[in-house]
Amino acid sequence: MAQILAPSTQWQMRVPKSSTLGSPIATKMWSSLLLKRNMHGAAKATGKFRVLALQSDNSTVNRVEQLLNMDVTPYTDKIIAEYIWIGGSGLDTRSKSRTISKPVQHPSELPKWNYDGSSTGQAPGEDSEVILYPQAIFKDPFRGGNNILVICDTYTPAGEPIPTNKRHKAAEIFSNKKVVDEVPWFGIEQEYTLLQQNVKWPLGWPVGGYPGPQGPYYCGAGADKSFGRDISDAHYKACLYAGINISGTNGEVMPGQWEYQVGPSVGIEAGDHIWCSRYILERITEQAGVVLSLDPKPIEGDWNGAGCHTNYSTKSMREEGGFEVIKKAILNLSLRHKEHISAYGEGNERRLTGKHETASINTFSWGVANRGCSIRVGRDTEKNGKGYLEDRRPASNMDPYVVTGLLAETTILYEPTLEAEALAAQKIALKV
Amino acid sequence: MFYGSSLSSFVSDCNFLANFPFKATRLSDFESYSPLFFHVDFDILLLVKWWLCGGRFITFAFTMILQFCFTLINFHCLISLSLSVSFSIFLASFLSSPSTANSCNTHFSGSLSVQFSGTSQLGEGEMAQILAPSTQWQMRLPKTSTFGSPVATKMWSPLVLKQNRKGAAKGSGKFRVLALSENSTVNRLEKLLNMDVTPYTDKIIAEYVWIGGSGIDLRSKSRTLSKPVEHPSELPKWNYDGSSTGQAPGEDSEVILYPQAIFKDPFRGGNNILVICDAYTPAGEPIPTNKRARAAEIFSNKKVVDEIPWFGIEQEYTLLQQNVKWPLGWPVGGYPGPQGPYYCAAGADKSFGRDISDAHYKACLYAGINISGTNGEVMPGQWEYQVGPSVGIEAGDHIWISRYILERITEQAGVVLTLDPKPIEGDWNGAGCHTNYSTKSMREEGGFEVIKKAILNLSLRHKEHISAYGEGNERRLTGKHETASINTFSWGVANRGCSIRVGRDTEKNGKGYLEDRRPASNMDPYVVTSLLAETTLLYEPTLEAEALAAQKIALNV
Repeated sequence: MAQILAPSTQWQMRVPKSSTLGSPIATKMWSSLLLKRNMHGAAKATGKFRVLALQSDNSTVNRVEQLLNMDVTPYTDKIIAEYIWIGGSGLDTRSKSRTISKPVQHPSELPKWNYDGSSTGQAPGEDSEVILYPQAIFKDPFRGGNNILVICDTYTPAGEPIPTNKRHKAAEIFSNKKVVDEVPWFGIEQEYTLLQQNVKWPLGWPVGGYPGPQGPYYCGAGADKSFGRDISDAHYKACLYAGINISGTNGEVMPGQWEYQVGPSVGIEAGDHIWCSRYILERITEQAGVVLSLDPKPIEGDWNGAGCHTNYSTKSMREEGGFEVIKKAILNLSLRHKEHISAYGEGNERRLTGKHETASINTFSWGVANRGCSIRVGRDTEKNGKGYLEDRRPASNMDPYVVTGLLAETTILYEPTLEAEALAAQKIALKV
Repeated sequence: MFYGSSLSSFVSDCNFLANFPFKATRLSDFESYSPLFFHVDFDILLLVKWWLCGGRFITFAFTMILQFCFTLINFHCLISLSLSVSFSIFLASFLSSPSTANSCNTHFSGSLSVQFSGTSQLGEGEMAQILAPSTQWQMRLPKTSTFGSPVATKMWSPLVLKQNRKGAAKGSGKFRVLALSENSTVNRLEKLLNMDVTPYTDKIIAEYVWIGGSGIDLRSKSRTLSKPVEHPSELPKWNYDGSSTGQAPGEDSEVILYPQAIFKDPFRGGNNILVICDAYTPAGEPIPTNKRARAAEIFSNKKVVDEIPWFGIEQEYTLLQQNVKWPLGWPVGGYPGPQGPYYCAAGADKSFGRDISDAHYKACLYAGINISGTNGEVMPGQWEYQVGPSVGIEAGDHIWISRYILERITEQAGVVLTLDPKPIEGDWNGAGCHTNYSTKSMREEGGFEVIKKAILNLSLRHKEHISAYGEGNERRLTGKHETASINTFSWGVANRGCSIRVGRDTEKNGKGYLEDRRPASNMDPYVVTSLLAETTLLYEPTLEAEALAAQKIALNV
């Protein structure tokens, strides 16, 4: 749909003519004029750049983009389904595609599939098949037409979830009657950093040096303050197209860092939507020649980290008298601080220092409108007596299934002993 | 004196008379002034007037003339001067450029030196200009010319092309010289390439594709046919120069092409077609490199036809950078990080060449090839696509045409395709062409026993198969990197280190298919598919051999 080249060479963003006109003659005419410009722009790039886009020496016109954008709907009923799953590191998304004979509406219509788990660190070589169960369908913004993206989770051939499959446990929690009745809502603020290719230095930063200190970059515009907006904007539209519940974006405090928010989603959807949005983001940065990083503290020093603040509310919290329910939830969370922290992302200790709008990793704290706390409650919530809470502890590389499931479990299913409750109430109420 | 003291107010029409210190307005006061005074002041005023007129001679001349006229009719000297200046400048503003008018207008409004610069003009065709972090880039929304009417199809929008050409001029020297012609001719090649000729003629173009002398190179040439065709039998036989492809001697070089299968042409569109052919001598005998003829014989054998053999072929391939023969995305002179992150991955640091894989997917769907999926492979720059399930001889036809389409796409992209089974030595995966195979009996109840019998037959003919499974396979089948050793035949359920792998589903359901993991990426699908059918359906081993083999391989379960 659009071809974006990396920032340190000439940028070209093109909106190709849509070939989706009604008449049969028009669909045979392919819009080709734009390709040439793209190609020449690529030639300016250094040798290390995406060689793919270079023109061949034998003067063949490059019409690959047309083929990529071709709408095959007039020629076949078949659709392409891209099965997406989470790999062995718990953070890498993997995908492969297959042809489905006709368009589908629901994941249950899709066949289970399998992949080579030994290549992703999820199975031994002599018994390498890992089975993919389709769980959620989204429209494919890269292939268009009726083609789809499918979020899957992974099981052994015997039907057991493999250890890296966190969705299964989350789905169990979210089908618990108590949790279902409370209709848990999640709004997840995913932050991410863009890095230049080959040097792993943030986008827009001078290689071998640093930009000016933080301050002008948050939500800023301008060539000296905003680096990589195209990726954020393209991602926004691609997610809207795909059917992901994306609710906003903004530029972040550290230059080259961005954020988008997905929500409010109910239950397990939050995790599905975040994972699919991460996959789409990875595909877009692949096209742009920029490296995506979900590291919670990409650059040490006086530079913000990247988090994944999770806003959370239940039905009781949203109704009259909800503020008390919120306080009870915060109490429960304070008692399980260690369990949560250990599940909130690898490397979080580099980020949760107590500075740069974070709370220290060892201390649990909460406050109204206080960005230096573990849990923040908005002023509106305090004023209206109902609303939601924001857990600011998760890192950008957290697994949303784990975090959402854990939040629901701790606040709805977990019952602390009365003594523990009283102790904790005393402890954290002092910090109001 | 009075001029000098009030120069600033002088230029202001409104303030001039108000601030002027000289209060005498009686004409008699001026009559005493000699013409000499007039001339002295005249010199100073020249500069002032010249400046007021923006340095334009014609305005200045107007000023002088008018001033003279006013003094002649005995107006107050200064009044006449100011009147003449104002009047002439107003006149001149209609004659001169807008920028001067702007500057003069501002004078009259009281400010001294505000000068409007000319309004900046956006270049033609550019809707918005957005600056990138370190260089300038432009987003353009070209006008679409895709109207339905036939008139519109004749109209070609040149606007975008000119920009194209300038963009081309920025390319490096070795870049496509074609696009940069110094005689400033507009390059409309792409339009011609994409033109739909259906409204203008019934004729279609048929690209006859055949396999050349090496057994892995594809050749093609095109001819015009008078009208669209539906079936290969409607197509005429053709011939080519076999001595140029190593398939015939120079003194008897004609090799005859028999059309065998038709596919839609994704590069030409319209009703144009690709035709897979095989090669025969003028006498009607298949030439030695023609493997299809023998496969067709096997697949028309009644026993084989009854069993309806299905094939699902997983073609792996590697993309290389042009001119250096180093894989795509690899740093030249170095290596990427070790295998692990690349399999099925996304991201600019993990996936190199997805566009080729995706474009190929859609092109094959368009062409009517039975492509069933794609994925990124374990080695960076390596990809795979699967064709199937196809019945009998179709599998070979579809694989060869898909290879041709892939070669054409990489040609456009400036990337080199290689089907070498072990492109990079060392701890890097090779490229295979795993062939999934099943017969009707295998797919029905009790099929698992039929599969085991088939594996038994295959174990007895391991050497014949290996010799036909691709050149250079010994570099790939090492026993590591998810392969079995080339000298050993083994099989297992869900075991990727075996010669034959049977899926867990198949074991569980008691029926299904087997996967022969031995063929290399440069295998000939006609040979492999027909050999599989022959060995499992037509070959009957002696009972002793069978018993020995059963014992031998059952130990490796």
